Amino acid sequence: MIKGKFIDNLPKVYGIYTGGFLAFIIVMAIAEQMGMSAKAIGIAFVAFTVGIYAMIGYLSRTLQLDAYYVAGRQVPTVFNGMATAADWMSGASFVAMAGGIYFKGYGYMALLVGWTGGYVLVASLLAPYLRKFGCYTVPDFIGTRYGGNLARLSAVLVLTVASFTYVTAQINATGTIASVALDIPFGIAVYVGLASILICSMLGGMRAVTWTQVAQYIVLIIAYLLPVFWISNKMGAGFFPHLMLADEVSRIAELEAQFGLGTVKNTAADLATVPKGLAGITKAHSSVNATPWAFISLAVCMMAGTASLPHVMMRYFTTPSVRTARRSVGWSLFFIFLLYSSAPMLATLSKLSLMDPSLATGIIGKSIADVQALDWYQNWNQANLMFVSDFNGNGTLELNEFFMGGKAVVLATPEIAGLPYVISGLVAAGGMAAAMSTADGLVLAIANALSHDLYYKIIDPKAETAKRLIVARVLLFLIGFAGASIAALEIQGILGSVIWAFDFAMSGLFFPLVLGVWWKRANSQGAVAGMLLGLASGTAYLIWVRNGGAGFWGITQLTFGIVGSLVSLVSMIVVSLMTPAPDTATQKMVDEVRIPSGKTVLGKQH
Amino acid sequence: MSKQAQHWEKTRGLLFVTLAIWFVFSIGIFFFGAEMEASSFRPLGYPLSYYMTCQGSLGIFVILIFWFANRQEKIDEEFGFSEREDD
Repeated sequence: MIKGKFIDNLPKVYGIYTGGFLAFIIVMAIAEQMGMSAKAIGIAFVAFTVGIYAMIGYLSRTLQLDAYYVAGRQVPTVFNGMATAADWMSGASFVAMAGGIYFKGYGYMALLVGWTGGYVLVASLLAPYLRKFGCYTVPDFIGTRYGGNLARLSAVLVLTVASFTYVTAQINATGTIASVALDIPFGIAVYVGLASILICSMLGGMRAVTWTQVAQYIVLIIAYLLPVFWISNKMGAGFFPHLMLADEVSRIAELEAQFGLGTVKNTAADLATVPKGLAGITKAHSSVNATPWAFISLAVCMMAGTASLPHVMMRYFTTPSVRTARRSVGWSLFFIFLLYSSAPMLATLSKLSLMDPSLATGIIGKSIADVQALDWYQNWNQANLMFVSDFNGNGTLELNEFFMGGKAVVLATPEIAGLPYVISGLVAAGGMAAAMSTADGLVLAIANALSHDLYYKIIDPKAETAKRLIVARVLLFLIGFAGASIAALEIQGILGSVIWAFDFAMSGLFFPLVLGVWWKRANSQGAVAGMLLGLASGTAYLIWVRNGGAGFWGITQLTFGIVGSLVSLVSMIVVSLMTPAPDTATQKMVDEVRIPSGKTVLGKQH
Repeated sequence: MSKQAQHWEKTRGLLFVTLAIWFVFSIGIFFFGAEMEASSFRPLGYPLSYYMTCQGSLGIFVILIFWFANRQEKIDEEFGFSEREDD
């Protein structure tokens, strides 16, 4: 493959790709009209898109270290932004977020603020400086800046804990979607998902992951925005939903009052008959329903976690310069904004289409028997994502008698709103793209840290390039397999474990990374204390609260990163000041990192 | 003061301004969720609290990062620390 030419032709290549994908959607729509079955359409969408990613992965294969670890450091600003957005937006963002907003309203939207605000920290505190450093991995920065194998090893430990927590959730999401779209059991679907993830990353490392992530972003953003705009127009809610749903939002508030939201409560015995994982609407849609601290503490954790998660930071190692790394963060957030600002709109449209009796799709207030006879109700009831029950025996469906799974908001709304099945197939492909792209980034982050920092830097510094790349690939395979095996056990929910990953990363890495650039006096002993004590105290707090501990300061199992990072900050400062300052070589290195010009601190190949 | 120290001082100044704006829109305003909801200022007709969580703050972050990047590039240029094009 001619690399230079490929980079120059990126807009053209991805333009053709986007056109091809849109043409594929149209072909599928025509095939649906001609009688292609829903199942076949689902399979075609997933197979077609995954096939393309696999092809990109194969074409981007490489035997070069800097291509494998940092995509040769030549990814242009805007494309790196797209790749980061795909890397970032996981199955949770795509499938679960709109559902969370649907059920929990304002309090949940702290995640939107947190998952975007964190990029301001990435751009201003870290990304440009780490790019100037020229590291391959995040522990590479920690290990070189602070010096010593212990610091490097501690960083590898935090990275592995955080990223592994995250990756099981992503493989779980890939499996869920593959099992629905391909109609195979979850236990097998997880490994199908794993195989597709590995095809994308194994041969080409970061280079392959970069170019598949750009392709995945294009699929996932089309798959998210198209239904939102379509449904909004079909309902007559507005041509441009983001700007025009104010009436719908206040209409929902009106209906909530009319249907007695919050006043009619279900008994425990009634609730016991609702299938596990489904929930009813119990919180107001738009009004403020969380205390300031509950909202802010969650947002803070997500922001600091964003700035500490290695698979995100790693993406900014791939740009050609410090300047482009900085700008690339802006583009990343812009591409993320496109999806995140649409999620509340989807939740609004979805809720209104179910609730409003004056709409044809509204089911609240209709007779239970009628609702149970609806085609889409039967489908999603069978998929265990929807449930109605006549608790009060009046024969009419009340707001408190309707239950839905969080995923159904994204997956089922197109069907409820009466869109053709081709849109549901598209949404499945989008969810698959979102989960795969994040899983790829995570598996690669862990495998690279283990192969570069643990194997090459600590165990065998004399290893040759070929051997290093083999080790990297074997580790990639093993980690993916371990992640899939744990995902197959279905221990945690998707969203819960994603939030934990942020808290773990924040506990152990946030301050050691930030102070590494912004505080010259920070030394190795301090950083090690900060990473290990931060991770340990955060984990201890999580375990304590999980086992019925009362907690303090209103910190829950979703925000334990606050405890971890505070311990990390204090111990890092105290231990640094109690031990000798870093030597002049290290101080000079920090000075060097602070200016964009000149050579990177670490060599091109190291 | 050396050129490098001056550069770093300006860079730090820009960081504080950026973080202050970031703080206001990610943390500060959400102390006043209830007040925002009651406000008669309703962007595009949405309650202010709802609008800020689903579009307002998010959009401000996007603009803030590009503004920050531009300012930092100017600082780097001023002190001659910009990268060469082929770097």
